[in-house]
Amino acid sequence: MSRTYELFIGPNHPGIPGNFSVKLELEGDTVVSAKGDPGYLHRAFEKSMENRYYIQNLALIPRICVPEPDINEAAYAMAVEDLMGVEIPERAKYLRTIVLEMARIAAYLFWMGGFAATLGLYTLSQWSVGDRDYALDLFAEICGVRVYHMYIWPGGVRRDTPPGWEDEVLSYVRYLRDKLIDYDNIFFKNIMFKQRTRGVAVISKEQAIEWCATGPVLKATGVAQDVRKDDPYAAYEYIDFEVPTLTDGDSWARAMIRRWEFENSLNIIEQAIKKMPKKGPVWEKMPNPLKWRVPAGEAYAKVESARGEHGFYMVSDGTGRPYRVTIRGASHVHMFTIAERLLVGQRLADVSHILVSLDVCPPEFDR
Amino acid sequence: MNIKEYENGSFLKPLSSIKYLFKKPHTLRYPYEEKPVPDRFRGLHINDVDKCIGCGNCRDICPCAAITMVDPSNIHPIDKNKVGANPVRPKIDYGRCSFCALCVEMCPTGSLKMSKDLIYVSPDADAFNWVPLAEQEREIGYTQSDEITPLMLEPEKMEELEPDVRKKTFEEIVKGFTREQALKEAMRCLGCGICMQGCPAHMKIPEYIQAIFDEDNKKSVKYMLEDNVLPGICGRICTHRCQDACVYNYRGEPVLIMWLKRYATDQLESYKDVEIEKMPPTGKKVAIIGGGPSGLSCAYHLTTMGHSVTIFEKGQRAGGALASGIPMYRLPIYELDKEIKHIEDMGVEIRLNTEAGKDISFEELLENYDAVYIGVGLSFGRYINLKGEEHQDVIQAIKFLRQVKIEGRREISKRVIVIGGGNVAMDVARTVVRLQQMAYGGEGTMVQMVSLEDWDIMPASKEEIDGALEEGVIFNPGWGPNQVLLDENGKIRGLEVKKVKYVFDENHRFNPAFYEDQKKVLEGDYIVEAVGQMYDLSFVPKELLDKLEFTPRRKIKIDEYGETTIPGVFAGGDLVETSRGDAISAIANGHRAAIGIDRYLRTKK
Repeated sequence: MSRTYELFIGPNHPGIPGNFSVKLELEGDTVVSAKGDPGYLHRAFEKSMENRYYIQNLALIPRICVPEPDINEAAYAMAVEDLMGVEIPERAKYLRTIVLEMARIAAYLFWMGGFAATLGLYTLSQWSVGDRDYALDLFAEICGVRVYHMYIWPGGVRRDTPPGWEDEVLSYVRYLRDKLIDYDNIFFKNIMFKQRTRGVAVISKEQAIEWCATGPVLKATGVAQDVRKDDPYAAYEYIDFEVPTLTDGDSWARAMIRRWEFENSLNIIEQAIKKMPKKGPVWEKMPNPLKWRVPAGEAYAKVESARGEHGFYMVSDGTGRPYRVTIRGASHVHMFTIAERLLVGQRLADVSHILVSLDVCPPEFDR
Repeated sequence: MNIKEYENGSFLKPLSSIKYLFKKPHTLRYPYEEKPVPDRFRGLHINDVDKCIGCGNCRDICPCAAITMVDPSNIHPIDKNKVGANPVRPKIDYGRCSFCALCVEMCPTGSLKMSKDLIYVSPDADAFNWVPLAEQEREIGYTQSDEITPLMLEPEKMEELEPDVRKKTFEEIVKGFTREQALKEAMRCLGCGICMQGCPAHMKIPEYIQAIFDEDNKKSVKYMLEDNVLPGICGRICTHRCQDACVYNYRGEPVLIMWLKRYATDQLESYKDVEIEKMPPTGKKVAIIGGGPSGLSCAYHLTTMGHSVTIFEKGQRAGGALASGIPMYRLPIYELDKEIKHIEDMGVEIRLNTEAGKDISFEELLENYDAVYIGVGLSFGRYINLKGEEHQDVIQAIKFLRQVKIEGRREISKRVIVIGGGNVAMDVARTVVRLQQMAYGGEGTMVQMVSLEDWDIMPASKEEIDGALEEGVIFNPGWGPNQVLLDENGKIRGLEVKKVKYVFDENHRFNPAFYEDQKKVLEGDYIVEAVGQMYDLSFVPKELLDKLEFTPRRKIKIDEYGETTIPGVFAGGDLVETSRGDAISAIANGHRAAIGIDRYLRTKK
């Protein structure tokens, strides 16, 4: 008689980050093997893009990532701009930076709620998702909608800021700084958090590099790698910030790196608003969308998302629609290369928080 | 962040959250509390259906295919006969809509907007698929921006000769688009096809502009030739009603359709490589009287339909007013020759110097041919019964222009008066300026224009008036000619004019009245009358002429196929009501008559 049994978590499970599932083989409550099972969310983003005008993809790409849609818009726009040889206006660069950092904040708030919930602390979920809503309201003011902004588009951004928007963002940043003290008290300095996560699912620096980890997962092992620093886009080259690192490489370190990055983002927004030119164009004129041809060639544009390196590889054959687009999401590596190895030997109760600590976002591989 | 503070967890710190028990929750209690909706909110659509022209750009750009164009007349009456509008309006399926607002950005009229509807609830599933209307009283949210719009509102600027240079030469003023300019201008076109409604010939404008954009000029010219046999000419001198209908007029400048047409035709040395479908020969013969644009158009299309066609032209050149009336600086003669050569290559026989009624009788044509088309146009100048008009130094505009363009006349007086305010008068004035520059270097020369119409109602196009002003022509708008004044030697010394009270009476009919006491004298020794033209049908025998019916405006009466009241005799060009006095409407009704003649020949017993 076999001593192991199979357990399917997902696709609808409170402990799974999104619509996918993990097939676990367990012995008692110890994981013997884990296998990611994607496909529940597949909407053929990449293939659909080949059949649409360049501008029409604007409605499609934010949907690749719900918590942080803007990274897709930015990477897509940068790839198109790269192919067309367009330099965007200065003010647009800063606006992109502010919006991307706000999206990062919103993503981390969402993640915080999810992570705390997998450890059984639902209070933080209520707080952080509530605070995220203020960010969504700010998005609605600048671009008209809360979640799928379609704000960053090739050539710059779609609209200049409405009057007083920058001040509202600054007061939101101040509000979050105050709130962060409470977040720390209830969660990041909570002994339960430490007890549950320290030393769990450790990745060494060498492993992280070998497995192509990026973002907080990599930084938690001590590698200071960040696209914003290494290959600056938008206005990051004018912004002063540190890339945080920890050497533990465990679930705790990954969570702390995100907490740290969150604080960094608040600083970046403040700096960007201060340094942004007060006036000026926010969009470089682009061709008529119905006759918009992009010169033949290929481009890879990448941004630092809340989860790691997020890139768009685009091939154009000189027509009005992309020949091929493929998306490099950090989650693909974090799930199939890392999590499948990392979960082996862990206890069933830790599976959920390990997955969330890797911040696996299914649309990035179901695309 | 100091990581040390976090390394040892605390047991008591989480308890600090108890303070939130005493704080006000930040949840919004809908519906007791309203959520403020931002000004740019992208909610459900609002469409001002009366302003909307049904161009369908919203449907074309929609990434979700959520928009269909439907007839909204059951819920909102619309003017179905409005030129420059399709009688359809967008219907939006919110089951598909992604609220991206690209439709709003692309709306050329600005009629489509989004509302601030945050919540919309209905128990009926079909309720989410409707034609948005402005009267649904939604608060306006996301709208277009003037600074950031994906529409390319500004046209490309073309190189033109400066006034000082161009008035010394008959060289073509407008240089035409370069390749880069043409591609950029072609890129502006949205392909909605509203322009086709403006064009009398209903040319396939979106298709040929797309072909230009694809750098396939042969294909582009093929599309043009399907409806317009003289695209290169129309690319220069057309009244471009297409551009007046262009949707860009609502927010910017229209696409320069006319100059794009010229660009495509200029790229081809001849049209012999353009693939044109030709029907097998039918053995039927058609005679065409008059080699003007309508005659050429009719002949060409009949030839492609398989009939054998002969044009009888009284002059030494085919082309009618295009050949003799339009000055070289607007339409070089070699451009006309290129297009007429193409018509001849297609198999049309053109007999020059053959005047109907003189060299060949109308009865002969009726007898020897299966059908006859009359396209003689308005080839005679109109007189105004001016005192002293019979003087040898008073000339008709059409005669003067013919002398200059065809017969090579170069001598001119120093001071010339042009009577008239239309495009022909402008052609005359600007031609005179050039002749004077050539003869006298512009020293002591003067061209004065006098027109009944004041600036606001002057019939000439704005470009022509501006061009004439730049070249130094003096205008006297609002004055009517009274009499020609002669000196003691019998030479003209000037023209007496009187102030116009009104041109059109209360019934909007042309009925000018003057202040008889307000007069002035314009000095000049040569007068050109450019006050309109008329036709001459004297070649038609009396008994047939009696059978020919006319409209109240003294145009030949034709049916929808261009047939006159004499069976087998068709008419077109400026002789019929459908003409608007320009080349393109003559080309259009020539084409329509060709279809009528073909139908007549194929159904005749």
